Amino acid sequence: MKNPFRADMEKSSSERITSALFVVIVSLFFLLPIAWLFLAPFDGQPTYRLKLSDPSFNNFREMSQNPYAYRSLLNSAIFSAGTGLVIILIGAPAAYVLSRVKFKGRDVFLYFLLLFSSVVSGSAAMVPLFLLALRFNILDTYHGVIFILAGGLLPAAIFILKDFTDSLPRSYEESAKIFGASSYRILKDIVAPVIRPGLAVIFVWAFVQSWGNFLIPFIIIRDINKQPAAVMMYSFYTEAGDAVIRTVAAFGFLYTIPVLLMYFYVNRKYGFRFYGGIKG
Amino acid sequence: MSTVNIKGITKVFPNGVRALDDLDLEIRDGEFFALLGPSGCGKTTLLRTLGGLESATDGHILIDNNDVTRTSAGARNVAMVFQDYALYPHMNVKENIEYPLKIRKYPKDERDRRVNMAAKALSIETLLDRKPGQISGGQQQRVAVARAMATTPNLYLFDEPLSNLDARLRLEARSFLKQLQRELGVTTILVTHDQSEALALADRMAVMELGKIRQVGSPVEFFHRPANIFVASFIGSTPMNLIEGVVEDKSFKVGDFKFELPPSVSKVANAGVKLTLGVRPEYVTIVKSSGPGVFSGKVKITENLGTHYLVLFDANETVVRGTVPDGAEPNIGDVVHFKPDPERMLFYDTNSGELI
Repeated sequence: MKNPFRADMEKSSSERITSALFVVIVSLFFLLPIAWLFLAPFDGQPTYRLKLSDPSFNNFREMSQNPYAYRSLLNSAIFSAGTGLVIILIGAPAAYVLSRVKFKGRDVFLYFLLLFSSVVSGSAAMVPLFLLALRFNILDTYHGVIFILAGGLLPAAIFILKDFTDSLPRSYEESAKIFGASSYRILKDIVAPVIRPGLAVIFVWAFVQSWGNFLIPFIIIRDINKQPAAVMMYSFYTEAGDAVIRTVAAFGFLYTIPVLLMYFYVNRKYGFRFYGGIKG
Repeated sequence: MSTVNIKGITKVFPNGVRALDDLDLEIRDGEFFALLGPSGCGKTTLLRTLGGLESATDGHILIDNNDVTRTSAGARNVAMVFQDYALYPHMNVKENIEYPLKIRKYPKDERDRRVNMAAKALSIETLLDRKPGQISGGQQQRVAVARAMATTPNLYLFDEPLSNLDARLRLEARSFLKQLQRELGVTTILVTHDQSEALALADRMAVMELGKIRQVGSPVEFFHRPANIFVASFIGSTPMNLIEGVVEDKSFKVGDFKFELPPSVSKVANAGVKLTLGVRPEYVTIVKSSGPGVFSGKVKITENLGTHYLVLFDANETVVRGTVPDGAEPNIGDVVHFKPDPERMLFYDTNSGELI
């Protein structure tokens, strides 16, 4: 008797090989630029080709000749860390309140917040943002960029943090309250430590978002000493208008590393997971 | 060591739900008191109001004759054990037990002394370095009780502390709680929806319905003399027979069956009054022949309860439950005669639901 599953199995194994091949080709396609990012900086004669013919640190040496290169990376760090801090300082209390206090239309409010957040820092708001920055006299300042970046990210941050706080059982706070803890102590001893993984994730998320943002600092910052890396990258051209591949490769490498390190650190320390309540 | 007096307490939530309705209750010193009722009856709200987590809309709460109605939760010196135990996941067991003592600013050596004492009393000394997530549900419960105990409260409040444990562990934890409460002698209030838990643990208990107390008394009183039809149908592992009938000629008549009313009932119930007969299946036993005071009918279902069989039979459209010793159970379809023990028959006014 013919095994009815046999044909299927044969078909599925050949199909599996095809689909595996397909996946390999697609991933190679996307991996190539990443591989270039890690090889080209150490290539003595970098081109757009993927090779490592003459390994050296010459590219980095050449990049250092540019007086603004390292400075811009530091500026990026200031913008990103500043934005992350503002997000945590404002977002965490806001999320906590939104999670614990019920009022009419709370969910609608949250969804609207999220919906319009993409508008605030989007390119559509470029002109109003510039005018606003002009009126508030925060053009060409670090805090100007930080406030605008944070403003755009806050709604999403509050939304995600509220979810974290929602999964924190109320009984934690209530038991502490019965033991006589003040609201401040409850926040400091119970709520903050339990949602700390959530705060770390949001901080890194805000950091990475700001690190990669080009538009906002491009509009707000005039002084080249205050330009972040994302904007600086566009200045690595020769007089003829060709990209200076040596500098771009080395700079791109240094620009990527902090974000990667940050991801690994948080993943290792908190594992991008969350306690929630303990089930018996 | 405390007495609790609840006077006319009312709690209305902002959404208009009346969770507690002008409720009075007195809890004696050192007593293990159970609050029992179906979900939504207000028992947990009452407990939370006692703990200070909810503020009463009206009425007074007195602990040891001090009015604490408007006192903040932390100043009442009560300890609450939550259904989910509320152990802090980022602190280990020792830090969890120590936390309330830190809040109350006890010195380090006093904290250590109390942690060790509580851990010893609940046999969790070996778990002190573990995180709550690394210990079992039963152990978590002990840690929660130890944390409450270390604060030496005047009053323990338990919110369904056993409902998160599996059936076997629950029995173990139940005896343990009872023993511990005896030893400590501290007034304890337990909220539960499980009547067997209340009957087993409590010195006295109250059954609540719709924000009101329907009966207060000892578990024995509850079992033998439920004060109204609601309590009668709520208490007991097998539901009580509640059979509606009419008074006729100084007896209680259900269809063709007649039962003599005890003098105390016949004095107040005139002919034509609708009554409900309440009798536990345990007190309805098989007899050889029919006659006055006996139900007869066809057996519909028999259930094996171990030492006894619960027999459901149809006495002229009225379902009656009786018990038969193991081995003497009738077959389904047999015609049987069951006699309720006249001493154990309770009569309720069908309209008001109250015991006569």
